[in-house]
Amino acid sequence: MNLLTSLRKEMIEQWRTSRLLVLAIVMLVFGLASPLLAKYTPEMLKLIPGAEQFAGLVPKPTMVDAVAQYIKNIGQFGVLLALLMSMGTMVVEKERGTAALMLVKPLPRGSFLAAKFLALALGFLAALALAALAGYYYTLVLFGALDWSAWLALNGLMWLEMLVYVALTMLFSTLLRSQAAAAGLGLGAILVLSLVGSLPTLGDAMPDKLVSWGASLFTPQAASAWPAVWVSLAIILASLLAAWLVFRKQEL
Amino acid sequence: MTAIRIEGLQKIYGSSVRAVDGLNLMVEEGTVFGFLGPNGAGKTTTIRMLTGLAHPSGGKAWVAGAELNDSRKVAARIGYLPEEPAFYTWMSPLEFLDHVGRLFGLSAAERNARAMELLEMTGLAQVRKRRIAGFSRGMRQRLGLAQALVNRPEVLFLDEPVSALDPAGRKEVLEMIEGLRRKCTVFMSTHILADVERVCDTVGIINQGKLIVEANQQELLARYTQPAFELECDPGQEEALKAWAGGLASFGWVTGTSVDGAVARVIVKNVADARQALLAEVARAQMALRRYEIVTPSLEDVFLRLVNGEAVKQ
Repeated sequence: MNLLTSLRKEMIEQWRTSRLLVLAIVMLVFGLASPLLAKYTPEMLKLIPGAEQFAGLVPKPTMVDAVAQYIKNIGQFGVLLALLMSMGTMVVEKERGTAALMLVKPLPRGSFLAAKFLALALGFLAALALAALAGYYYTLVLFGALDWSAWLALNGLMWLEMLVYVALTMLFSTLLRSQAAAAGLGLGAILVLSLVGSLPTLGDAMPDKLVSWGASLFTPQAASAWPAVWVSLAIILASLLAAWLVFRKQEL
Repeated sequence: MTAIRIEGLQKIYGSSVRAVDGLNLMVEEGTVFGFLGPNGAGKTTTIRMLTGLAHPSGGKAWVAGAELNDSRKVAARIGYLPEEPAFYTWMSPLEFLDHVGRLFGLSAAERNARAMELLEMTGLAQVRKRRIAGFSRGMRQRLGLAQALVNRPEVLFLDEPVSALDPAGRKEVLEMIEGLRRKCTVFMSTHILADVERVCDTVGIINQGKLIVEANQQELLARYTQPAFELECDPGQEEALKAWAGGLASFGWVTGTSVDGAVARVIVKNVADARQALLAEVARAQMALRRYEIVTPSLEDVFLRLVNGEAVKQ
């Protein structure tokens, strides 16, 4: 019950403080712009003085290029936004004293933490849904219809990857005393997971592979990456569990 | 009935800092208890442990009949106002109280009625829809008191509730606290003695993590205050007054002396004996006085005497 009350507050807070709006606009813009960039990059090259000769070297853009552009933009900015939106979730409430005021009431610390994660997950889901709709529409207009089930799966996998970084940054926000430190560790986690992701065998189970799997759905040789799904879910659960274990012992 | 029972409560930071050192305390139901002590005495740490925000290093405590480790029961029965309450400033007072009401499981009708009642009580009804972000310190303190009362708590913890307020704000909040007497048990920490004298029934004095004394306010005054004289000299005679007051210590009828600028305070054993002797001493020293009076002992005198380490006869 109090999880829902807390989740309600988190969702209203995201809306009133315009964080949800910013997230939605950024994602929407990149969702819209990706197929446009894919389509018109050769045209734009022709307009740059001195770069005209390279325009002929760029192959005629296809639907796969639009998808690749979407993955690149939404993937990069999604992870960055995951970090920015999550870095202050716990540390700010602890610093300001609102956590202390709320947690002397019948609100279990687990519910307090879970509500924050769920609110961010829902916020990212809504923003990604907008980006996906916009991206799908413009790809349809400029290149033709995408396989909607593959498109849905790609966005689902990207959402899962973002949640990995949301959960990790929330853990750091619980452990540390400053937003900057939480963001720094979150960035470090991105680098470490990317490095491990480039290793043979082990890399196939890292969250980075989720997007690769999503991209491959638009090629003839789709390569599933179920280990990456399980590892990502495990990272999310382990991060939240660790955050809860630390938070329930913390003094406010 | 006992509203708060504390047995050997301890809070040790690191290996040696004893913020609270074996505290034993009983607070009766329906009273306003003043938890008094200098800064750093352990008042806030005690309240944080009793509200579940900090974990005791040892000892036990019961609040409103529930043991501290039963945090859900305790949370349902208490209210808490920290020294500087923090809010979700994007909310309005009405929304904030509604959110708190939801946490206590109140129905929509109960939440609305309780929020309006508390907003009226704290004088915030007119601004109930304004964002908290624009609120003054006094308004936040009043809203803090309102949110602490949403669940009609059996025990209300107030940590320095008026120390940051101006005189008008202090008066208002103290009147609200006085109005809570017998409706719930109020455990109020403070270092402002005038506030304790005004609203508290019982007083506990803590220093360096230990309870020095706990008693009814009148009983405390009767037990620990000693008669005193205050003498104020003409300007420019401060040094002479200091030297003269220092010399009084050798007399058997004098218990202690202190000088603050142009005012000397002489604590005596017996007023009748001291009245004769003191005036004779003033005349002998040819001190020009502006004021000479027997002062009524205050809680401040007791407090200073106790925290300055004088022996306490329980």
